[in-house]
Amino acid sequence: MKKIVLMLLVFLACHSAVKAELTIEITEGVEGALPIAVVPFGTPGRGQPAVDLSEVINADLQRSGRFKTIPRADMLSRPTSDREVEFKDWRALGVENLVVGQVESTGAGTYQVQFQLLDVYRGQQLTGYSIPTTASNLRNTAHRIADIIYESLLGIPGAFSTRVAYITSTRLADGKSRIGLNVADADGHNPETIVTSSEPLMSPAWSPDGMKIAYVSFEGGQSAVYVQGVYTGKRQKVTSFKGINGAPAWSPDGRKLALTLSKGGNPDIYIYDMRNRKLQQITNHYSIDTEPAWSPDGKSLVFTSDRGGRPQIYRVSAFGGKAQRVTFENRYNARASFSPDGELLTFVTQDEGNYRIAVQDLKTGVMQVLSQGRLDESPSFAPNGSMIIYGAKAGRRGVLAAVSTDGRVRQRLALQEGDVREPDWSPFKK
Amino acid sequence: MKKVLSLSATITLSLLLMIGCSSTPTTEGGAEVSEQSTGAGSEMGAEGSEASTSAASQGEEWYGDPLENPNSLLATRVIYFDYDQSVVRSDYLEVIQAHADYLAANPQAVVRLEGHADERGTREYNLGLGENRANSVRSLMMAQGVADNQMVVVSYGEERPSAFDNTDEAMALNRRVELVY
Repeated sequence: MKKIVLMLLVFLACHSAVKAELTIEITEGVEGALPIAVVPFGTPGRGQPAVDLSEVINADLQRSGRFKTIPRADMLSRPTSDREVEFKDWRALGVENLVVGQVESTGAGTYQVQFQLLDVYRGQQLTGYSIPTTASNLRNTAHRIADIIYESLLGIPGAFSTRVAYITSTRLADGKSRIGLNVADADGHNPETIVTSSEPLMSPAWSPDGMKIAYVSFEGGQSAVYVQGVYTGKRQKVTSFKGINGAPAWSPDGRKLALTLSKGGNPDIYIYDMRNRKLQQITNHYSIDTEPAWSPDGKSLVFTSDRGGRPQIYRVSAFGGKAQRVTFENRYNARASFSPDGELLTFVTQDEGNYRIAVQDLKTGVMQVLSQGRLDESPSFAPNGSMIIYGAKAGRRGVLAAVSTDGRVRQRLALQEGDVREPDWSPFKK
Repeated sequence: MKKVLSLSATITLSLLLMIGCSSTPTTEGGAEVSEQSTGAGSEMGAEGSEASTSAASQGEEWYGDPLENPNSLLATRVIYFDYDQSVVRSDYLEVIQAHADYLAANPQAVVRLEGHADERGTREYNLGLGENRANSVRSLMMAQGVADNQMVVVSYGEERPSAFDNTDEAMALNRRVELVY
């Protein structure tokens, strides 16, 4: 495994008005990554597109750690369709796959994007699409193309068209803090703040349809759980009982929220039905029970409990009943969630005095520590299960980092200023 | 532990009970940390706890609002906790007694007990830990005759640190309950 250490200056094209954008640094990549060349797309006709699509595609593939992309400077030619390709030139470069394409202006702010994915050794097209798009959707189109390439070559869907929600915190000159709940594209672009507050915001959670986010807000001096439309801005207060209202987690069908309430005197897990507004108590124990997460089939929940003296992960039926302990290694295991296929759990474990991200195979019970930080927290699976995004510390600053589920690829995402924490990776776009 | 006491006659007795049966150990981390003793009255950097030090000089009688008296135990508004603990340390018993006496004598007064944790461990779990700490203070006050409706418990977990370094000292300052009148 070699260190690549590659700064992707994803935002170099951006205008001077520097918004709070995330920069992505790949700190470790996979040996045996697939060599691929994404040739700059041709731009025939008038109306040059404002986005360099091939650059976005290239950055996506590179960032996944599964591909070794060829720098433009090494390209001997710049074909824009298979008819112009000299396959032997690309074979000489050791490239196995080639992406060529064109972005053609078709009117005011509209484009037709064509691309082909070519197998260099067989001299054949693997796939190719022609996609109509608009100026404001060019980046999304590029992410979709990266998804198609990823899936054709690796056999699992790409997650480049997804988004990430996260919390930011900036300390102001007057000593107060400005806390924000934000969403950005998975590559850190297009960040938007959907809630700001001078009081803490916590625990953002995407609804399964990707349209809403549940979160905890302390506005008004008390915790409450809210659900907010990401694109409508409309929000609804779900619970504001006395005590803790926290840790919202959507059921896979999007109809219920599992959450933590301490209205009974100490934190327990409840399920709130969004349709009939009924509350069902799932755990009833004098210890701290919190951080519920649903299994993908919706039949059970995992949660953190210190009923055994220290925080460990337990599993309980979504109808309640007796909880079974799931984690046994290490003294501290908390905030678990399931991989999309339901086979793995990711959680925070205490590893020789450090808090790190681990995965555990639910069948074998084997646990593997994936991260290398001091205070890593809030792990969240990508919807294709390939990566886990989490919060980490770089010095005193909160940063986001991601690691592949097998621990072989690492990336760091850093805001230019302030703290970033509690990432939650969105589901696939529906 | 949580609901340990309702009984106890004297505050000392009740406190000894609490400390004695030190309950489920709550944790905000495992890395062994040297115990910090930020004693009573050391309000360093704690939000909402400005103990004014200007007014009356020592020994003078205080005629104003007892809450404003900088030489009173009531001026201590932050109670710090040991690593891994939500049990009130014995050096804070007098402070809690003073606040309990004040609240008992002023039944219209209300105090917010804001519980906090250091940054180790997960955020939602630390909300629970901060609440345990605030509830420890609440239980002691109730044992001293403070009415339930005079206290509001809010846990901020690790979300509102009063010290921002990642040193052991800073973490000790963040494991706290603030009394906000």
